[in-house]
Amino acid sequence: REKQLVEYFRAQMRKDPDMASAVAAIRTLLEFLKRDKGETILGLRESLKWATDCLTGEDSSVAVSSGGELFLRFISLTSLEHQDLSRCKKVMEERGELFLEKISMSRTKVAKLCHTFIKDGAKILTHSYSRVVLRVLEKAAAEKKRFSVYVTESQPDSAGRQMAEALRKLNVPVTVVLDAAVGYVLEKVDLVIVGAEGVVESGGIINKIGTYQMAVCSKAHNKPFYVVAESFKFVRLYPLNQQDVPDKFKYKADTLKTVQNLSEEHPMIDYTPPSLITLLFTDLGVLTPSAVSDELIKLYL
Amino acid sequence: MVMFSLTPVLDVCTQQQEGKELTKEEKQRLRKEKKQQKKSKEKKDDKPSRDSEKEKKPASAASPAPQTPTQPPAQKAAPAPVPVPASETPSAADKPAKSKAELKAERRARQEAERASKGKKGDVGPQAAPGKPKAPPSELQPVVKRLPEHVQVDNPEVLKKLAKKLERQQVYGCAPNCCGCIPLRSDYGYKVSLFSHLHQYSRKAPLTQQLGIPSTVIHPAIVRLGLQYSQGIVAGSNARSVALLHAFKQVIRDYTTPPNEELSRDLVNRLKPYISFLNQCRPLSASMGNAIKYIKKEISNIPSQCKEEEAKRKLLNCIDCYINEKIVLAAKAIAKYSIEKISDGDVILVYGCSSLVNHILCEAFEKNRKFRVIVVDSRPRLEGREALRRLVQKGINCTYVLISAVSYILPEVSKVFLGAHALLANGYVMSRVGTSQIALVAKAFNVPVLVCCETYKFCERVQTDSFVSNELDDPDDLIVTRTGTTQLEHWQEVPSLGLLNLVYDVTPPDFVDLVITDLGMIPCTSVPVVLRVKNVDQ
Repeated sequence: REKQLVEYFRAQMRKDPDMASAVAAIRTLLEFLKRDKGETILGLRESLKWATDCLTGEDSSVAVSSGGELFLRFISLTSLEHQDLSRCKKVMEERGELFLEKISMSRTKVAKLCHTFIKDGAKILTHSYSRVVLRVLEKAAAEKKRFSVYVTESQPDSAGRQMAEALRKLNVPVTVVLDAAVGYVLEKVDLVIVGAEGVVESGGIINKIGTYQMAVCSKAHNKPFYVVAESFKFVRLYPLNQQDVPDKFKYKADTLKTVQNLSEEHPMIDYTPPSLITLLFTDLGVLTPSAVSDELIKLYL
Repeated sequence: MVMFSLTPVLDVCTQQQEGKELTKEEKQRLRKEKKQQKKSKEKKDDKPSRDSEKEKKPASAASPAPQTPTQPPAQKAAPAPVPVPASETPSAADKPAKSKAELKAERRARQEAERASKGKKGDVGPQAAPGKPKAPPSELQPVVKRLPEHVQVDNPEVLKKLAKKLERQQVYGCAPNCCGCIPLRSDYGYKVSLFSHLHQYSRKAPLTQQLGIPSTVIHPAIVRLGLQYSQGIVAGSNARSVALLHAFKQVIRDYTTPPNEELSRDLVNRLKPYISFLNQCRPLSASMGNAIKYIKKEISNIPSQCKEEEAKRKLLNCIDCYINEKIVLAAKAIAKYSIEKISDGDVILVYGCSSLVNHILCEAFEKNRKFRVIVVDSRPRLEGREALRRLVQKGINCTYVLISAVSYILPEVSKVFLGAHALLANGYVMSRVGTSQIALVAKAFNVPVLVCCETYKFCERVQTDSFVSNELDDPDDLIVTRTGTTQLEHWQEVPSLGLLNLVYDVTPPDFVDLVITDLGMIPCTSVPVVLRVKNVDQ
């Protein structure tokens, strides 16, 4: 059963490479719900949790686990007082479809909110490859705004180059800089926009390694630091510092499975505290970091 | 056991009218009435009706007509909440003898005087004592902010009023020649000018020597509690709240409803003098305030058909539930969340003696986390020694320093755990004096600061500095040093010398990284969200 699940997940990812991995995970979970032969609601919930764990085993990003948990909460939020299980399941499936629809629209909503903050002639700095940031820049380009972009190379996987390619296709002037050159280039830029893999309770974000550095430098230069993230990335974590982020998010899933001594591995993500973030653009609206906790309480309770 | 059989006294009415501590329901009702009045008449007519009640007020707040410019705001403040309850009594329905126009003119003149002196008192009055409603902002008239009496100690008019109020609260079943009233406790010694608006009492002589309190007036359990508070025998906000609730349980057990009275109303009125007395012994803490609000609400919600025995049993049960849920179980929940934040090899810094933080550390140690603790202490209370004793007894590895060494020891520390006395609505943490200093230094060293606080200590008050509302302890505590030398013994004879023994201070939310409550881990800025959620639940 586990293999089936993982296969379906991988198929979904391959089908639409532009889709967030969390969305693919939620599609998989919905399909799993439809095919599940459980007898009780509690059993259903248990098996969904198990399925989420499997998927995090495949792709260890924060968004997959937060998306899975939110999916579970969303579908169980209705009254499940119906007598027979099939009716309950139907209700849950309908809500699952609703949830999926909502989050597929989330990137467009974010782009609509954010593109107005990009003024004509702006110079933007961004980090690594983020599809949400790409969507925002697409929208801004479509609104006939002229801007230029600096992208960090973002080792170890050089994802920044992928981002640069995508931007060149939009006819946006783009420059790739070294990760070490962030401080050097910051005096030329007007604003910094990054995506997020997860948004934590304190209002901080978890993102590709190098984001924290960029945030500290932009604070020192007094440049606004904007984060764009969909709402299913909100997660119930509260790290106090870099060390406090759980290991299961820091490294890629296959690294976690194969490697013995994790302290020799290089982490893939870092934590940016809320004091360095100016605003967060989400499909719930434009939020300050302290408002994130409010939204999380609404989402999770 | 002392039986409290009452004969209804005429003064009950007066006391109700003058009692400054109105229950939440009464205040809500009054606010609704005010709003209705506003809607039906023009806004300008609203004041005359209130003013008419002021006119009706016989010998209310004894202060003379507010002619002096400095007095009007304080005067307006005190009579404003006082005559409004008069609207509850049926006599409010009668319209005053004076015509509306005359009243309007009088009132407008008074308002001009008020507005002129508005600058003096300013808008800094904190909406302090829990239970006082925020003044409803009217569009045309200036908002009269009411300063609570305990921060107006240097205002003689307010003190006189408080004394009269205490007198009137004690007339139940008193023999005519007994001195029945609780006299006002007098301040001691020279007060530093920044804090002259607060009370400063001495602990040298026990309270009952200074105030003669016959036992028919105040229940002996409450007298005992008051003594324990004033001598510092019961200290720490959780301990004080629990002791208060147990004393109230005793009062309820000994209570009998007088004939022609309803338990729900009479018992609440009975508790008012006790609360004033306890306030005299030691100013009430935020947690005690919330507990009292809860009890009053429970009492007034008792249906009138309920028999006395059943009602009393219900109340005792409520109090037990409250203690269990809000204090005992909350501590367990907080310990569960905190243990996730304590990792092996941690060096944890704690300040003073917080029952909650000690509980957390003991639990974590039992769950086999390897950590060591640094206990920071400060004069004159030296509460850290008690915390040290408790932790060492468990077998936890501890270090003890004084607060002056905090910047020396902080590079070694990985986390700071602090307890809180109250969490204010704007995210500020009110705690033992010295806490904000530790949070500041920890921030400078980039060490995370975690505050642990149960939700029943969350307070609707807003405060940005430690001056506006605080507590002054006995200045004589500062005289004796560790070696026993007392160079400051004759400090009262030196006119330019003042000794200041502060009890609390407030820490801004930027220095606090995380607040652990029984609802979970929240950032310091989310306290108003929790308050909102709690109000919705109620």
